[in-house]
Amino acid sequence: MKGGRAGRGDRAAYPLVLPTWATLGVFFLLPLAILFVVSLGQRATYGGLKPIEDLGLYISSGKFLANYARAFHPIYLQIFWRSIWMAVVTTVVCLAISYPVAYYIAVTAPLKRRNLLLGLVVVPFWTSFLIRTYAWMFLLRTEGLINHFLLATGWISQPLELLYNNFAVLIGLIYGELPFMILPLFASLEKLDLSLLEASEDLGAGAVATFFRVTVPLTMPGIVAGIILVFVPSLGQFIVSDLLGGAKTILAGNLIQNQFAVARNKPFGAAVAFGLTAAVLALLFFYALYTKRKGQDVLL
Amino acid sequence: MAEQYSVEIRSLTKRFGDVAAVDAVSLDIRRGEFFSLLGPSGCGKTTLLRMIGGFELPTEGANRIDGADVTWTPPYERPVNMVFQHYALFPHLTVAENVAFGLRYKGTGGAGEARRVAEVLALVQLSGFEKRRPHELSGGQRQRVALARALALEPEVLLLDEPLGALDQKLRKEVQVQLKHLQRSLGITFIFVTHDQEEALTMSDRIAVMNRGRVEQMDEAAQVFERPATEFVAHFMGAANFFAARVREAANGMAALVLEAGGEVRIPVDGTRYESGEAVRFVVRPEKLDLRARDLSGHGVPSVAVTIEDRVYQGVSTVWVVRDRADERLLVYEQNEKPFEEASKFAVGGQAFVCWNARHAVVIRGEAGPR
Amino acid sequence: MRRGSPVTAAYSWLVYVFLYAPIAILVVFSFNRGKQTAVWEGWTLDWYRSLAKNDLILGSVRNSLIVGAVATVVATAFGTLAALALGRYEFRGKGATRNLLYLPIIIPEIVVGAALVTFFGVLSLHLSIWTVALAHVVFSVSYVAIVVRARLSGFDRSLEEAALDLGARPVQTFWRVTLPLILPGVVAGALLVFTISIDDYVITSFVAGVGATTLPLQIYSMLKVGVTPEVNAVSTLLLLVTIVMIVIAQRLQQPPAEGLRD
Repeated sequence: MKGGRAGRGDRAAYPLVLPTWATLGVFFLLPLAILFVVSLGQRATYGGLKPIEDLGLYISSGKFLANYARAFHPIYLQIFWRSIWMAVVTTVVCLAISYPVAYYIAVTAPLKRRNLLLGLVVVPFWTSFLIRTYAWMFLLRTEGLINHFLLATGWISQPLELLYNNFAVLIGLIYGELPFMILPLFASLEKLDLSLLEASEDLGAGAVATFFRVTVPLTMPGIVAGIILVFVPSLGQFIVSDLLGGAKTILAGNLIQNQFAVARNKPFGAAVAFGLTAAVLALLFFYALYTKRKGQDVLL
Repeated sequence: MAEQYSVEIRSLTKRFGDVAAVDAVSLDIRRGEFFSLLGPSGCGKTTLLRMIGGFELPTEGANRIDGADVTWTPPYERPVNMVFQHYALFPHLTVAENVAFGLRYKGTGGAGEARRVAEVLALVQLSGFEKRRPHELSGGQRQRVALARALALEPEVLLLDEPLGALDQKLRKEVQVQLKHLQRSLGITFIFVTHDQEEALTMSDRIAVMNRGRVEQMDEAAQVFERPATEFVAHFMGAANFFAARVREAANGMAALVLEAGGEVRIPVDGTRYESGEAVRFVVRPEKLDLRARDLSGHGVPSVAVTIEDRVYQGVSTVWVVRDRADERLLVYEQNEKPFEEASKFAVGGQAFVCWNARHAVVIRGEAGPR
Repeated sequence: MRRGSPVTAAYSWLVYVFLYAPIAILVVFSFNRGKQTAVWEGWTLDWYRSLAKNDLILGSVRNSLIVGAVATVVATAFGTLAALALGRYEFRGKGATRNLLYLPIIIPEIVVGAALVTFFGVLSLHLSIWTVALAHVVFSVSYVAIVVRARLSGFDRSLEEAALDLGARPVQTFWRVTLPLILPGVVAGALLVFTISIDDYVITSFVAGVGATTLPLQIYSMLKVGVTPEVNAVSTLLLLVTIVMIVIAQRLQQPPAEGLRD
C-alpha cells in the first residue's frame, strides 16, 4: 500500500538520489554533452580543437556538420556496414545456439540441477571478456592448438590462417555474447506454463507445431531481450576486433578508438561515437515501446 | 480517569485520488470490547484499521484513543499495536527477539525483557519456542508469535487485520475461540477486521458492517444478524429473502401488508410512521422460514405460496430453493432432523407455502443504514 | 527429465563444452613447460613464479585493487541509496532517475571512454589512477542499483510497518529491520562492482594516466606483443578471482529466506 505518508515521506527520496545524480550528471551526462560539442568542431594541427573564428558563419554554412558528413565516406561506410552485419550474424547465431540450451535448463532438466546449470552459464557471463577473447587468440593462431591438431592428424599440410579475419572476429563475438543470449531466454522459458504445451499437443499439434505456435510466441519477450542484449554490445565492440581482427577487420569501435588514440582527430571520433550512440538509442527506444506494450517487468 | 470509549473516530475520511476508501466514518469503540469491522474486500475496513494504527494518514477527520487525539501521531507513539495479515515476523530474528522487539523502547531492561517474553509466550502457548526462527514455524504458530509480539507491549487497543485468513478451516475455528477467550481474560479492546460474517459473529461483541467506505450498520452481533438495517447488510449476512409489499394499515406496532406475491401478512413494526399504500420491503432469514403444505394465514401465521424449484442436501441442513408468485427466489434452510431415508412431503416442481413467525420479519429501509 | 528430448540435453552439454573448453585449455597451458605454447611439454609452475617477480604485473594488480576498492565502496553506497529511493517512494523525477541509471549500461563503453577522456582534457585534469577510479564509479552505480532494487522488490513492507508499530522510529527501523534484510543484496552488488572493475579494459584504457596501468591494461599490452605462457598464468589467476567473487555473489542473491514474504 503506497502513499501512507502521503507526500511528506516522498521528499525523503531526494537526498537518496542526490549522490547518483551529482556523480552521473557531472561525470557522465556532462562529458557526453561535451563530446557532442566536440563532434561539431574541427581538428587542430596537433590534435585538440581548432578555434573557430566566425561562429555564425560556421553554423550557417553547415560546416559544423563536417565530421558527420565525413562519416558517409565509402571507407567509413564500409566499416559501419561491417559492424552491422557482424552484429546481425552474431545475434542470429547466438539465438540459434542458445535457444535449445535455455530450453533444456528451463524445461527439460530436473529442477534440482537447475541452479548448477544456470551457474555454469553465469560464470562465463561475468568472466573478463578480455580473457575469453584471448583464449581464442591462443587457439586460432598459426602455432595455436587447432592448427597444431589439424596438422598432426594430417588433415591439412599448411597451417590455416584462422586469425586476423572476419571469421575469427565472428567466433570471438559469438563466444563472448552467448551467455547474454542464454540468460534472458531462460528467464522467459522459466515462466512458461508447461500445461499450455500439453494442451497444444492434446489438441492435435505435433512437437514442431507446438514449438512455433505456442512456445516461441510466449517466449518472445525473452527473445527480444536477448537480441537487444547481444546486438547492442556487438555493434559497439572493440576488444574482439582489435585482438582477433587485425587491420582487415575494423569495426566502428576500433575506428573511434583509433581517432582518439592514434589519428588524434577527436572531433571526427566524437562524431562516429555519437552516430553509434544514436543507433543504439534508436534501437532501445523501439525496445522500450515493445516492452511498454507488453507491460513487462522493469529492472529498476 | 477511565474513559468509557477506548477509540473514538469522528468523520474519518481517506481519499485516494477521487475515490474515498473511507468516507466520513464515525464510531465509538468501548473499552474492553471485541469489536469487528466486517465487509467485502474493498469496503475500506482495512484502510480504517490502518488509520487507527497510524499507517495511513486521514484526508479528513479525527481519531482519539483513550481521550487523546492521535490523528497525526506516528505508529511508534500510539498505545495501539497491530497483528498484521501476513504476520510480518522479522525473518532475521528468533521468536524471542521478535517478541522482545518493541520492549527496548519501553525501557524494560534485559532481565525484565526476558521475563515479559516468557510470560507472553506462555499466554499463547508457545513456551520453549524462543530460539526458533519464523520460517521453521507453521502458519498457526507464526500467527501466535505475531500476537505475542503485539501483546508484549501491553497496548490499550489491539488491531487485528484478518489474521486468520491463512489458516485452514479447522484451525481457524479453534483459533477464533481461543482469541475470544484471550480477549476476555486480558480485558484489552480488540478491533478485528474480517470479511467472514461467521467469524465476526463468533467472536465479536459489536460489529460494524462496512460497504464502499461507509458503515452500513453498527450494532450488537446478534442484532446485525437478526435485524439487518439495510439491503446490503441483509445480503451480506445471508438474509436475502426479500418480500415486496404495500402497507394497508399500520397501528399499535403492527402493520398489515399486502404482498406483491399475493396475500396479506401482519408483522410487527417499530415506531416509524407508515403511510397507507406506502411500498416497503422486508426480509426473513432462510432458517426462519418453514415449508408447509397448507396456507396458515387463517391462523395468523404469515404464509406465502411458492413453487419448489430445487432441493440441495448440505449435510446438516437441506436448502430448498423456491419461487413465489412475484417471481422472487427464496431460500429455505431446513434442519435435517428426520431420518434421511424417510421421504419428504415436498418434491421439486410441487407447490407449498413458506411460513414464519411474524416477529422474524425485518423491514429494510433504503440503501444506507443508520450512522 | 521433465519435458523434451535427450537430444536437447546432449546438445546443451556440447554447448557447455564449447563455452568452457577455450578457457580450460588456457588454464591448462599456463602450466605448460614449453614456451611454444601449443605443444605440451610437461608440468611447471615457472610461469607463475615469473609472474610473482614481474614488477609491471604486480604494480598493475596493486592499481587494480586500489581502483576496485574505491569504486566498490562509492558505487555500492550511491547505488544502494538510489535503489531505496526507486523502490520505496514516488517522486517527481523518478522516471528520469531510472533512465539516468540505465544509460551507463546502454551506451557503448567506447563512447563513454571517449567522452570521459575528452571531458578530462577540457578540464585540463591530469589523467591518473583517480580518473580511473572515478570512471569506474560512474559505470558501476547502475549495476548496484539494479541488484539492490531486485532485492527490494521482494521486500515485505509490512515488516517495516510492524517495526514502527512496535515503537521503533524510522531510523531505528532502517537499522534493525531494513538494512539487515537487504544486506545480502548490497554485498552482492559490491562484489559485482569489484568484479566488473578488475575486468574492465575499454573505458580504463581511455582514462588511465601514466603509472595508472591496471591489470587488464597490462594484460592487453602483453597480448599485443605476443602470446606468452605468462599471459596464460595471469589470466588463470584473474579467472579464479572472478569465479570466487561470482559464486559468493550468487549465493547471496538466492531468493530471500522463506519468512520474508509469508
